[in-house]
Amino acid sequence: MVKYNINELEGIARKLRRHVIDMISTAGSGHPGGSLSAADIVTALYFDILKHDATNPHWPDRDRFILSKGHAAPVLYAALAECGYFPLEWLTTLRKTGTCLQGHTDSLLTPGVDVSAGSLGQGLSIGIGMALAARLDNRDYHTYVLLGDGECDEGQVWEAAMFAPNYKLDNLTAIVDFNALQLDGFTRDIMDLEPFMAKWAAFKWEVIEINGHDMQQIISAIQRAGTVKGRPTVIIAHTIKGKGVSFMENNVDWHGKAPDKSETEIALRELS
Amino acid sequence: MTDYTELTTRDAYGRVLADLAGEDPRIMVLDADLSRSVMTKYFARAFPERFFQCGLAEQNMISIAAGLASCGKIPFASTFAVFASSRCFDQVRMSVAQPAANVKIVATHGGITVGEDGSSHQAIEDLALYCSLPNFTVIAPSDAIETVEAIKAAIAVNGPFYVRLGRSKTPVIYTGGCKFKLGKADVLAEGRDATIMATGIMVSKSLEAANSLKLSGVHCRVLNMSTIKPIDKQAIIAAAVDTGAVVTAEEHLLHGGLGSIVARVLSENMPVPLVSIGIDDTYCHSGKPDELLEMNGLTASGIAAAVRNIVAKKNKSYT
Repeated sequence: MVKYNINELEGIARKLRRHVIDMISTAGSGHPGGSLSAADIVTALYFDILKHDATNPHWPDRDRFILSKGHAAPVLYAALAECGYFPLEWLTTLRKTGTCLQGHTDSLLTPGVDVSAGSLGQGLSIGIGMALAARLDNRDYHTYVLLGDGECDEGQVWEAAMFAPNYKLDNLTAIVDFNALQLDGFTRDIMDLEPFMAKWAAFKWEVIEINGHDMQQIISAIQRAGTVKGRPTVIIAHTIKGKGVSFMENNVDWHGKAPDKSETEIALRELS
Repeated sequence: MTDYTELTTRDAYGRVLADLAGEDPRIMVLDADLSRSVMTKYFARAFPERFFQCGLAEQNMISIAAGLASCGKIPFASTFAVFASSRCFDQVRMSVAQPAANVKIVATHGGITVGEDGSSHQAIEDLALYCSLPNFTVIAPSDAIETVEAIKAAIAVNGPFYVRLGRSKTPVIYTGGCKFKLGKADVLAEGRDATIMATGIMVSKSLEAANSLKLSGVHCRVLNMSTIKPIDKQAIIAAAVDTGAVVTAEEHLLHGGLGSIVARVLSENMPVPLVSIGIDDTYCHSGKPDELLEMNGLTASGIAAAVRNIVAKKNKSYT
């Protein structure tokens, strides 16, 4: 696998963000805010951390990645296309009738997508199943699950949070894309999650807090998670919803709305 | 191997899983704090490393099962039918049904014969819910012997399964063995006057009804519809053609269960008089299982009365 330096990874993240804008703009609908906030994390995983092979999506020893916040599908599709799982031309078919790139991820249709998501809260539990299977089969792959902070309102997340440390699943890492916004507003106003780190710690997880847009911090945190023994790790990645596009940043209106032609031009210029 | 004949369906399930798991390392069991009731305790004892206690967290249990299945395992997730259906329906839909995950959901304590625990524990909607899901196979075995065959089929066939079992002991129908065929109705009795189509515990009561009707000269075909989805359309249509009248019987709401499914097949293909026996849009109460069945007309005499009525109706419509 090619080893990219931090500068190159930041360049890839910018490219994924441009794809996201282009895809959602072409589709006329979608969720730009949560895709843009997760772009650096997804880049770090697919272009530095994950053991995977685009020519062999079902390789049994591949690391598993679950995008539990399934509405950020565009950024995952962009990463998969750039990795070579499918042609880049597919990206602009997002959400169109007959496409392999559904509005939310579909494991039956998209090469490289292991889990259908979109109903929030299920990904961490599915990741537990994959981590248990790795242990049973003596395989050394790692399972990564990316959740949204708003998603953590779902009770199932905390059922899973209770289970994983009980089974000492140190081959499982959760990453929370904490962009502080959900559909109806700021997470602190909708359903305050704080003290968020203390909650995970109380559930017996190793907790790491980072800036989710600092590539070096993301990579270091994920590497550190891989060395923790006897319990799972959660990385709380503080991010900005809409990151990289000035008018989308920290603006709840861009949770689930497509940019029009002129907005798309401005966004792509800012991301160039 | 275990002699399953004298067991409850849930006991047969627990025993057969433990019996088969030695040869098949893919078999896993997930439990939501009910292994002593759903009888996966035998498996837990024999294969602790493949038994996952999830605590009282059915949603988590179902999605974990999906994760295991995606890595080539055959997970059996078990709890009471009420919880296995409504408590975690979204997880069943998104984690299991949509991706066609190879997850086996085997639920015990189906129907009102749970008895004294009352309506909170009486699953009467589960068949409708599971039959609504694309990719799912739904089976309600009629006795312990058929349960064993249904579990073997669930292991052999890739894809999501829902198997509904009961709590109490049920009469053994397949004393001479069971040639269970997935998706096929089993003809248990022959007759030309009407057909009784039943599933689960109502199969033995249908046989009882057919035997009593025979004494008064009414001869019924009895079909065990243990596979409810996919339904055996051919058998339903053939029964309509051959006997001209159908009675369905199930320990479930009339909406969305066997009766509804049979009604659709008949009305689209071969409309004949139909009476469905089931629970009519109501929740039940605490009580002895037999008394609750009696209150809802889920008895051999209830089935026999329905057959007599429908045979009269059929004969009238021909004159």
